[in-house]
Amino acid sequence: MAQYYGIRPGSQPHTLSVLVENRPGVLARVTGLFARRSFNIDSLSVSSTERPDISRITVTAYADPDPLEQIIKQLNKLLHVLKIVELDPDQAVERELVLIKVKANERTRSDVLEIVKLFRVRVVDVHPETLTIEATGAQGKLDALMGLLAPFGVVELVRSGAVAVTRGPKALSEKVPGTEIGEFMNR
Amino acid sequence: MASPTPLQAFSSIPKETEPRNGENSVAPGEPMTGAQALIRSLEDLGVSVVFGLPGGQILPAFDAITPETKFRFVLTRQEQAAGQAAEGYALSTGRVGVCLVTSGPGATNMVTPIAEATMDSVPLVIITGQVAADAIGTDAFQESDIMGITYPIVKHSYLVTNAQDIPRVLTEAYYIAQSGRPGPVLIDLTKTAQTQSMQYSWPQKMILPGYKPTTKAHGHMLQDAAELLTTAQRPLLYAGGGAARAQASRQLTQLAQLINAPVVTTLAARGVIADGDEHTLGMPGMHGSVAANGAIQACDVLVAIGARFDDRVTGDLEHFAPHAKVVHIDIDPAEIGKNRRVDVPIVGDVAQVLDDLNEEIPQVRERVESADLAPWWRRIHDWQSAYPTSYESAPNGQIEPQWAVQEIARLAAPDSIWVTGVGQHQMWASQFIDFERPSSFISSCGLATMGYGLPAAIGSAVGAADTHPVWLIDGDGGFQVSSEELATARQEGLPLKIAILNNSAYGMIRQWQDLFYNGHHSQTDLGDGDEDSASETSATNSHAAAAKDNRTHAVPDFVKLAQAYDCVGLRASSKEETTAAIEQALAINDRPVLIDLRVWKDAKVWPMVPPGASNSEIIYQPGITPLADQSEQR
Repeated sequence: MAQYYGIRPGSQPHTLSVLVENRPGVLARVTGLFARRSFNIDSLSVSSTERPDISRITVTAYADPDPLEQIIKQLNKLLHVLKIVELDPDQAVERELVLIKVKANERTRSDVLEIVKLFRVRVVDVHPETLTIEATGAQGKLDALMGLLAPFGVVELVRSGAVAVTRGPKALSEKVPGTEIGEFMNR
Repeated sequence: MASPTPLQAFSSIPKETEPRNGENSVAPGEPMTGAQALIRSLEDLGVSVVFGLPGGQILPAFDAITPETKFRFVLTRQEQAAGQAAEGYALSTGRVGVCLVTSGPGATNMVTPIAEATMDSVPLVIITGQVAADAIGTDAFQESDIMGITYPIVKHSYLVTNAQDIPRVLTEAYYIAQSGRPGPVLIDLTKTAQTQSMQYSWPQKMILPGYKPTTKAHGHMLQDAAELLTTAQRPLLYAGGGAARAQASRQLTQLAQLINAPVVTTLAARGVIADGDEHTLGMPGMHGSVAANGAIQACDVLVAIGARFDDRVTGDLEHFAPHAKVVHIDIDPAEIGKNRRVDVPIVGDVAQVLDDLNEEIPQVRERVESADLAPWWRRIHDWQSAYPTSYESAPNGQIEPQWAVQEIARLAAPDSIWVTGVGQHQMWASQFIDFERPSSFISSCGLATMGYGLPAAIGSAVGAADTHPVWLIDGDGGFQVSSEELATARQEGLPLKIAILNNSAYGMIRQWQDLFYNGHHSQTDLGDGDEDSASETSATNSHAAAAKDNRTHAVPDFVKLAQAYDCVGLRASSKEETTAAIEQALAINDRPVLIDLRVWKDAKVWPMVPPGASNSEIIYQPGITPLADQSEQR
């Protein structure tokens, strides 16, 4: 069995939602695991959730089925990990926020603004030489936007990493029993 | 109750170290300090031995150890040895090994034993001292971020900043270490938590929402496995360390008899099924027997039982057991399918699963015709008779190390526990000793740490508590890594028997240099065994020439070294002397005995699968590759 954990042509994008106990050092364990198992991730975002005792980590990665299965199993072995779900792209809403600082002088500014309007994104800062654009959306939309802005010259770019929820009325945390973490911070 | 700060997940220590339940609501219980609570918790857990070494940041805990304390404390001379002794204790008794060491260098010295315990799934609880909670992160004196250092190699770890948490954390750590797939759990205990007052109560409720090990096989997996095994024409059981950890010796033997299948036992599983059992083929893999490797390469159903398809066993994975359907039984789901595709995956406790499987098989036999295994056994017996374990004779009457191992095994008590270091002697011990009981062979298998032998033997002897004699078979190189522990062995009054197979070299490395590096013995000559070893070092440069003058006698003199520690030191340079020395050693029971066996330097470990090659390319003796045509055969 090939044990190549890198991204190869043909690898599929995957989104993992990882529910963890909201405890000191959990993120270090999770990211350390990716590093130790030489698993390349595309983006990772972490935040608190509707439950104060649970944090949610969203990981996107291009991976083949075998390494992906192995990394999910290894994640499951971490004691602070409560639940891991791979989100089906058709059954989930995924969003990412990007801030792009793009070159725009008096000659090119209106062209850039035209693109901003087309994509229904916002300008959040203007300077005689640049425009800073805030864009939110699914991966595809942001990639298209950045593709169109690239010719003008991108000065700076930062992405938040994807966040995602499943469609419909259910929450992932419903499957996690009460964890009574509040009282015990030392773990 | 205050809600936790958002994103605690980022930080390493809690934002507040004071009890969160307000100052007025005191937890019910007996008032004491955190340090006293630690000692009490260990007692209440039923811990009977703790290994370790005191130091600055763990002083309060050591201060709480009194003459009334219910456990025995074994003081080693180095923290790494404390960890390895705890491993030896855990492996010989099946209980959790506990270590208590200090912060900083004390903690970093525990990294190797923690890594060993992870590799070999040994239940350990390691308690390290840590600087005060408000000094964490300031690079304080003897501060090391042992949590951060050990993230990749622990099963779990805790940073304790609050004394009230100590009994619960100890309860959880102890449970985590020994349940599921056993492993090391680290408790980093700040001085703050040791000195704070708290209210002690026992038992404690564990809070482990994310930890639920599976023990029983579910679904139709057992049926599938039973059907595969019943219809298999060439079945093979491949037992690994997991079978030893699960104490599944009885179940494994029963299964082998039930389906009349051959069994191979990995280094970590030696003795799980008695070597005297007719189903046992010995060790598979790089230095395994021809019969074991032949059976692996030819079998049509391979049942991996608490084994992880380690590269030392599989050789080239692509060509490992090429015709086999695989049943994989393991308590750790992540091991299943990690290296080899599995046809029937079974997650569960090995002992439990085998019990259920042994019940399932007779039921399947009523429906399904069993295969005739006679041709399969004929093939195996042919391998066994054509290629038994053997060794090359030494020139000029020198001692063959393999013969020495056999001689020790012949004279030693049959219920002895065998501990080894790492290297050629370790392989020879596995090959030439017949292990008839589980937990009678203790070795560093996954990490393979030189210097593991003596501390592990100390731990085993403490665990065996006068019921089993403990023999350490070590190399001259490995013994020097931790020889200071002779002091521990002597002061604890352990009648260890130590046989050093002294070939005056790092033998296994030297063997590889002979086989793969044109005999260039770069830095593998130790000059502690043969007086004229200086001639080994070709005096091609002035350094070597200068060194030659200093190499007229062996350094160290192991006999004198033993005597310096008030142990008995013996030396043998011929077979007669060897037999006499072993008999003499067996008669001494009040202190450790060390035998310096001057063995033939050029003895090699055969058989050998060359690194990266398929097991079918096994070399039985130089020039003999009995399985080379295996890949074409079915």
